[in-house]
Amino acid sequence: MARILVVDDSASMRQMVAFTLKGGGHDIVEAADGVEGLACAKNGSFNAVITDVNMPNMDGITLTKELRALPNYRFVPILTLTTEASTEKKMAGKAAGATGWLVKPFNPDQLLATVKKVLG
Amino acid sequence: MSQFHEAFFEESFEGLEIMESELLELDVGEGDVEIINTIFRAAHSIKGGAGTFGFMNVSEFTHVMETLLDEMRDGSREVTQFAVDSLLLSVDVLRTMLEAARDKTDVDEEMVAMRYAVLDGILKNEEGSVSATEVAAEPEVVSSDQPASDGMSRWKIEFAPHADLLMTGNDPVRMFRALSEMGELAVSVDLDKLQPLAELTPEDLYLAWEMTLTGKVTEADISEVFEWVEDECDLTITSLTSETVSATPAPAPELLASIAEDTASNIEPASTAAPVSAVAGNAPANTKTKATKKPVEAASIRVGIDKVDELINLVGELVITQSMLDQAGEDLEANAEASSNYDSEASKANAEILLRLSKGLAQLERNTRELQESVMRIRMLPISFVFSRMPRLVHDLSSKLTKKIELVVSGEETELDKTVMEKIGDPMVHLVRNALDHGIETPDVRLAAGKGETGTLTLNAFHQGGNIVIEIKDDGAGINKAKVLAKAVEKGVVSPGDDLSDDEINNLIFAPGFSTAEVVSDVSGRGVGMDVVKTSILSLGGSVSVKSEEGKGSTFTIRLPLTLAILDGQLVTVGNESYVIPLITIIESLQVDRKYINQVAGKAEVYKLREHYIPIIRAREVFGLPTEKRDLHESLMVVVEVDGTPAGIIVDGLEGQQQVVIKSLETNYRKVETMSGATILGDGTVALIWDVNGMVNVHKRKLSNNKIRA
Repeated sequence: MARILVVDDSASMRQMVAFTLKGGGHDIVEAADGVEGLACAKNGSFNAVITDVNMPNMDGITLTKELRALPNYRFVPILTLTTEASTEKKMAGKAAGATGWLVKPFNPDQLLATVKKVLG
Repeated sequence: MSQFHEAFFEESFEGLEIMESELLELDVGEGDVEIINTIFRAAHSIKGGAGTFGFMNVSEFTHVMETLLDEMRDGSREVTQFAVDSLLLSVDVLRTMLEAARDKTDVDEEMVAMRYAVLDGILKNEEGSVSATEVAAEPEVVSSDQPASDGMSRWKIEFAPHADLLMTGNDPVRMFRALSEMGELAVSVDLDKLQPLAELTPEDLYLAWEMTLTGKVTEADISEVFEWVEDECDLTITSLTSETVSATPAPAPELLASIAEDTASNIEPASTAAPVSAVAGNAPANTKTKATKKPVEAASIRVGIDKVDELINLVGELVITQSMLDQAGEDLEANAEASSNYDSEASKANAEILLRLSKGLAQLERNTRELQESVMRIRMLPISFVFSRMPRLVHDLSSKLTKKIELVVSGEETELDKTVMEKIGDPMVHLVRNALDHGIETPDVRLAAGKGETGTLTLNAFHQGGNIVIEIKDDGAGINKAKVLAKAVEKGVVSPGDDLSDDEINNLIFAPGFSTAEVVSDVSGRGVGMDVVKTSILSLGGSVSVKSEEGKGSTFTIRLPLTLAILDGQLVTVGNESYVIPLITIIESLQVDRKYINQVAGKAEVYKLREHYIPIIRAREVFGLPTEKRDLHESLMVVVEVDGTPAGIIVDGLEGQQQVVIKSLETNYRKVETMSGATILGDGTVALIWDVNGMVNVHKRKLSNNKIRA
């Protein structure tokens, strides 16, 4: 049971992630882009953050950087959702401070397993 | 998963519209990075969603589009007209694929494969060389790693994380746990680099580990555990088995801690540690914040249309209750005035109460009206939803017709009801096609006529007195009146001797079965004429007309009610019942003068209204009520217009005009030819709303039956 922030501009993707994680017993807060996500993160505390990369207003890479600059989020696991199979793109997330990534498409079990992995 | 499909499809179709409109904006050559970015993002979302929700063909197809867009975005590929056109066509293919996925129908695989091949060809720099017949093979499917063998294997894993591994939220404990789930894990820790406590930075890692893992594990499985930290550690994985060996695990080596937990508890990072700026400094330079060019869209939520309709219905009920109370209040006031002379003390007190009541009622009326307007606005959408389809249409048609056409759009933010919007799309497309095909001339004809070679098509929308007006205007050749008139006479729509005004001639093009195009063209003529356009607009309670000047162009004007849920009505009485006539159909109301009534051909009565004769329809007869008087002198007649022809309906009484909330007869009872719906009036009684068209039809049938009997 953890409190997780889910950031994605696609409502269907966000709902799917939130639904799956809620099914796994987690408490979910949803945000539609980086700006909203950052505001949520500042106003609350989360055990993990899951963010899409390509988003309007503020993308997932910038969000990750912003979060890592906040004292409360230095060690919080941040997962990026990406469709990029190329190492270069994944590494952009890593370089910004993301814990890891989840490659779309993924199924609910993979998502739960990955979240379980980072929450320990 | 399927519960998210609806949202996914809705999003994807929106995404396709964005892609389409932005592709049309995209200039050949350099290409605006922001525009490409927007298109890319839309494609990207569709791809991600499609993969997740199991529409692999959509995902694969979008991937090629995305790759192409990505290359355009980073400048490694020039934006060519061919590529833009291919992407536009791919958007169409994607749309049909998504529709097929949504409706669970089959998709035209050949078309998909062909489009795929063209895109793939562009990527491989074979621009334009891929012909339609050169159908590509199935998209490649990358096979996933499979365990090398079914047997057991043993691995030595040397894992030396860099000091800053914890800075990305990773933790060696998790990796140990993941490995221990895969097989028998033995771990030994290397404390060589561990600093004395005084010199130790609590957020840094000083430990290294050597592990032995035995199980049905491949090297890929192990690498995957360390996938996220590849660049933040030194990792060596060595096989301890040259071939598959026995399933018995080797005895644990010396110096081994049996499981990672012990080690972990000692170095669990403290999240309350002082902030370090190193992380922020790590930021790569290549990520830039994307500034969106367009104004930020207003935040919105998705709500099922049934919920909104229920709300509208409830507000409708509230409006009715409010008008009932209003009526009661007025009656009370009238009573009070009548009885005020009797008891002065009591009546003073009552007058006081009455004043408060009427104030409250006035406020209730205002609140109700505002509530109703706000709720109605929920269903309102800007007409840009329809207008946005047009640039693509114009783009495609103008190249097909080899005409040069500029599209000018204004009033896109004008709002109208979602239902009306959905139904006006097709008639509008038809009118735009018509304007492009028959209206605007080819460049050489235009030049010869002394015009600029580029024609202009203007779409405009605005509100006018409770209606929305949509204008479709072209600066083309205009309607050829002589041709139209000749055709109308040939088709028997008008008689040769009829004296018609210019406007009347122009509007003949809306007559059923009328088409002047000699050759049915691929663009506008598919056997469906302007009469279909007119019928669909009429069914929405609207009207359409045309003004045209030969050589200068034509303007089609569509008038629509803002909503289908409420209606401005005229209350009339026939017998003991009140009825509502939609105000939009009424031309005028008058008192009949005997000297203008004429009997023609037996029983049919006509009325001379100024210069024209109009049929007289007795509402009582239509409803099968006894006729009170044969002589119509001084009766009340409501002149209505049906399909452009006026008719006079005789009613018993005329009452006020008011806005009424339409309740469907069909869903609550059954379809009635002469009625379009029902409503509840202020006094609580039900009033039926006339379908004037149906009234006229019933009247005509009665007449012909009478003739047969006579």
